[in-house]
Amino acid sequence: MIDPTPTPEVAEGLGSGTDEPPADEPVMRLQDVAVAFSGRTAVRSVSFDVYPGEITALIGPSGSGKTTLLRALNRLHDTERSASVTGTILLGDTDVNADSTDPTLLRTRVGMVFQRPNPFPTMSIYENAVAGLRFNGVRKKALLDEAAESALIAAALWDSVRDRLKAHASTLSGGEQQRLCIARALAVEPEVLLMDEPTSALDPIATKRIEELIGELKHRVTIIIVTHNMQQAMRVSDRCAFLLMGEDKAGELIEVGPTARLFSEPSDPRTLDYVNGRFG
Amino acid sequence: MTTLNFDASTDPILERRRAIQNAAATSLGRRKISSRIAIGICWAFLAIAIVPLVAVIAYVVVKGLPAWNTDFFTQSTVPEGIPGGGVWNAIVGTAEIGFFATAVTVPIGLLCGLTLAESDGNIAAAVRFTADVMTGMPSITIGIFGYIAIVKTTGKYSGLAGAFAIGFIMLPVIMRAGETAIRGVPRDLSEAALALGARRATIAHRVLVPAALPGITTGVLLAVARGLGETAPLLLTIFGNQYLQWNPTKPMEALPLVIYNNSSQPYANLLQIAWGAALLLMVVVLVLSVGSRVLAVVLQRERR
Repeated sequence: MIDPTPTPEVAEGLGSGTDEPPADEPVMRLQDVAVAFSGRTAVRSVSFDVYPGEITALIGPSGSGKTTLLRALNRLHDTERSASVTGTILLGDTDVNADSTDPTLLRTRVGMVFQRPNPFPTMSIYENAVAGLRFNGVRKKALLDEAAESALIAAALWDSVRDRLKAHASTLSGGEQQRLCIARALAVEPEVLLMDEPTSALDPIATKRIEELIGELKHRVTIIIVTHNMQQAMRVSDRCAFLLMGEDKAGELIEVGPTARLFSEPSDPRTLDYVNGRFG
Repeated sequence: MTTLNFDASTDPILERRRAIQNAAATSLGRRKISSRIAIGICWAFLAIAIVPLVAVIAYVVVKGLPAWNTDFFTQSTVPEGIPGGGVWNAIVGTAEIGFFATAVTVPIGLLCGLTLAESDGNIAAAVRFTADVMTGMPSITIGIFGYIAIVKTTGKYSGLAGAFAIGFIMLPVIMRAGETAIRGVPRDLSEAALALGARRATIAHRVLVPAALPGITTGVLLAVARGLGETAPLLLTIFGNQYLQWNPTKPMEALPLVIYNNSSQPYANLLQIAWGAALLLMVVVLVLSVGSRVLAVVLQRERR
């Protein structure tokens, strides 16, 4: 059903022998994905595969459509009337954009962490952690408790909040709030976690902790992370997709490949310029 | 389903994922239904709110439109028993009263609003509170105040006394609208100006007011619309006048007064004129409200 050969963009990128895709079936496949707002293309014809247990980074300068593309993956553009997403996004066998796919069920499988920590201000730490489960009709206390504890442990927050789970989320520091948001997303046990520049509002120490956390989480969930920080992409990701703004201001995928190869011997000269900090 | 080939230690996670996804899928139908019901209730209440609004507008249009003819806009009001007549004298009165009230209250109100936006002390809080109380004050009280302050002291009813009373209706609205608009300007902007060595008055003049202009314009026009529609403050101040009167120091006629006086009359032509005046007042208020919004959008767009 799904063509296992690499997409043309990937095939072009097969410059060195290190580009063999992993043996696993991809978790997510993007085929010719485009996003337009009021008819104006914002991201054009992006195709690549996301492999389980890997961290895929979307990199590129501002305006290259990284965040726009990321938000298409769990149908967050649904709420924007002027937005239209074309092409095919497959999550396993599920067609993400199909009418028969319920967006709320999809989002339990594809979670998201945003740029700024956004814990629900009226909820306690515990209530934040289980919010996604409650939204989805999970009522069993045992399951809620188990999921909350597991997610808070995974987000490296459990030890500091276990004694004050009833405290308001606003009592946490910025870095802790972002880890709570990660825990909140993890508690639903999604298959894919989207992260939109999750450290851009944090200081270097909090950033370092989140980056370490991301590295540990990949054994639990497949991560797609948007970052404009090349060092961060190099540090945390296994695979990188490089986007660039075309002449008509629409974002395009320039190349995709294993991070080490993309940073050492990219096949496109524009990638080389970008990763070497010559623009952007 | 994608199979994830992780080691056995992650099994509880897969199990929990299955439990959560099952719970979400089995409760989906119930959640969809309750969501639809809730949204349906919202729409139903919206409909309940809209029906009387639309009904009032439609009724005034249907009843008032037949009154609109050349005489209506060129002739003055007539006493009971005499056919014909118009509201030209009331249009002149309302326009003049509106003009004087606006001319005085806009500068005062906006400067007050600017001061309030820039101060957080007890005095500012007291003024703000008073303005809020005044906004909610029964308009007949304002009318009595206008009567005592102007009519009693000058010894005569006049258009200016009416403008004075209407001004007191408009003033708190303009003050708070101006304050809200100016407070809405991002703090970054005034800090950027501060950091360049600007003084507070310069910041207000060059940065705050220009940036707040769309909001200020909307607030002022809405206040004018509010003031033009008031009846009670005019009852006790301008007295009413069947003849065309351009001199604002003399008793004048006004559209709300025509509606008020004529609607209690048993004569068909007077009732007709009351409906026509009601429609005219409604159109003026509508034009001011829509105009304020359009102007705000235009001003907003100019900066891009």
